[in-house]
Amino acid sequence: MSLTVIKPGLLCSVQDRGRSGHAALGLGRAGALDLPAWQLANALVGNRDDEAALEFSLLGPTLHFAQDAWIALTGAVDQIQLDEVTLPGWSCLFVPAGTTLKIGPVSQGCRGYLAVRGGLALAPQLGSRSSDLHAGIGPLPRCLQAGDELPIGPATPLNALPAGSAPRALHWGVDPAPWRDPSTRPLALLPGSHQSLLDDDAMRALWQSRWRIGQDSNRTASRLLGPRLSLRAPLELISEACLPGTLQLPPSGQPIALLAEAPVTGGYPRIGQLAQVDLPRLAQQRPGDTVSFEPSTLEQAWHRLQRRQQALTRLSHNIARRLQP
Amino acid sequence: MSDLPSSPRIENVGEDALLLHFGDRIDAAINARVHAANHRIQRALPQLETVPAYASILLRFDPFAWSDHAGQTPHHAVTQAVLHALQHVDNNLASARRIDIPVCYDGEDLPALAQHAQLTVEEVIARHTGAEYQVAMLGFAPGFAYLLGLDPALVMPRRAEPRLRVPAGSVAIGGSQTGIYPTSLPGGWQLIGRTPLRLFDASASSPSALQPGDRVNFRAIDAAEFIHLGGDAP
Repeated sequence: MSLTVIKPGLLCSVQDRGRSGHAALGLGRAGALDLPAWQLANALVGNRDDEAALEFSLLGPTLHFAQDAWIALTGAVDQIQLDEVTLPGWSCLFVPAGTTLKIGPVSQGCRGYLAVRGGLALAPQLGSRSSDLHAGIGPLPRCLQAGDELPIGPATPLNALPAGSAPRALHWGVDPAPWRDPSTRPLALLPGSHQSLLDDDAMRALWQSRWRIGQDSNRTASRLLGPRLSLRAPLELISEACLPGTLQLPPSGQPIALLAEAPVTGGYPRIGQLAQVDLPRLAQQRPGDTVSFEPSTLEQAWHRLQRRQQALTRLSHNIARRLQP
Repeated sequence: MSDLPSSPRIENVGEDALLLHFGDRIDAAINARVHAANHRIQRALPQLETVPAYASILLRFDPFAWSDHAGQTPHHAVTQAVLHALQHVDNNLASARRIDIPVCYDGEDLPALAQHAQLTVEEVIARHTGAEYQVAMLGFAPGFAYLLGLDPALVMPRRAEPRLRVPAGSVAIGGSQTGIYPTSLPGGWQLIGRTPLRLFDASASSPSALQPGDRVNFRAIDAAEFIHLGGDAP
């Protein structure tokens, strides 16, 4: 079982939860930028929640399935057109052998996910199938290219959506609204070690400005364009470990929000740490979109993370029960 | 046992991370404390992922596994466990691994570095091989080790124009540090030689030859031994 890449789309790579445990060796986690969307794509095809799926940005790939397959599209994908049929995102789709699936531009954000029942069965490297595009690590250490064949793991038919001769969708799906918050609500920012060193103008600008996502943003970081932020006094820092979600302030005065492929160490002042629940919202912003920040305490961020985790676990269980009654 | 002057300063970084601060400068003694503490935490609390740096350790944990106490953040529980573990730090790092790195000293920047240091090339090599280094931290790229212990006479600023591609195995000096490019990377350090050793292999279960806290010595080899040890002909 495999699928063939006809057109690779944009920044399309293999991602799972990421590669933890190697940061001390200079190797970051990588993994899906929008973890809930990735997890729900797996849930919708009845996978265990650690299977690898495809992640793409703005433009989805075109893929050929030589065998029957069950797939799910989540994240920024709203629906796709297959021949004359419109098929929904955030549901489970059956595609018969011989189908060529053109995902095309996404409509509701930046990052889309495609999970296949059985998972993308590449041999894990250092405990993960994720591609670390920056470091060149992973079973496929680069973006997809036309002609790539990706193995699909063993998959039994799905009771809720029997195989047939035509592509079709499950009669139900997941409401993406709670997982794809398109509102302009600010992103919650925990205080960073050096936030108090911002000068008064910079402190005001941090909270009051709308920050535009730069064109050169990628899986490593979102570059934020807005007023130039400066510190009260120059600060010489030595390198220390950094994390996804860290808001760094390089000498340009334009903050950088680190994402899933964050470097493991860095020496820029840290002016904030995004609440983990808001990381997918940032990752779903397109270049040119704007975001703003509001202060949050660690306790608030932790409670929101717990609530999201409970909702995600409950939803995943419900999906599993309805897929294989 | 412990002669640590004080506990590290602890900073809550995010929902799943704490940063332990042991100082605010690049200093071999502070870094040795980092590795002693890191060693102790790894043994006592293997469920934490630790990322030691020059003067700090980042701890990452699964907050859901540390959230037994209603109303309290997992940071409280992790902090208590870490402080308890650090009561018993053995600062004598006699257990540090010692790694011998063969180097063919024929780097492109070696003549310029000798000139900068007002030494002969032979004196540069003697000083570079004569010191013992400590792996302060890894970063920049998988397997890239920052080594402390460079002879002050060999300190030289980075190149004004970084190279777009430094070959894997290049031994280099950047400011007061020395290091080895584990893979082919862009870089601005002064290249003084090459090692035939493969320092990073993502397909190996232990992918990096150098690990935080290791002690490193360089040994001069000639071009024939470089090839004999598996190095690629230039």
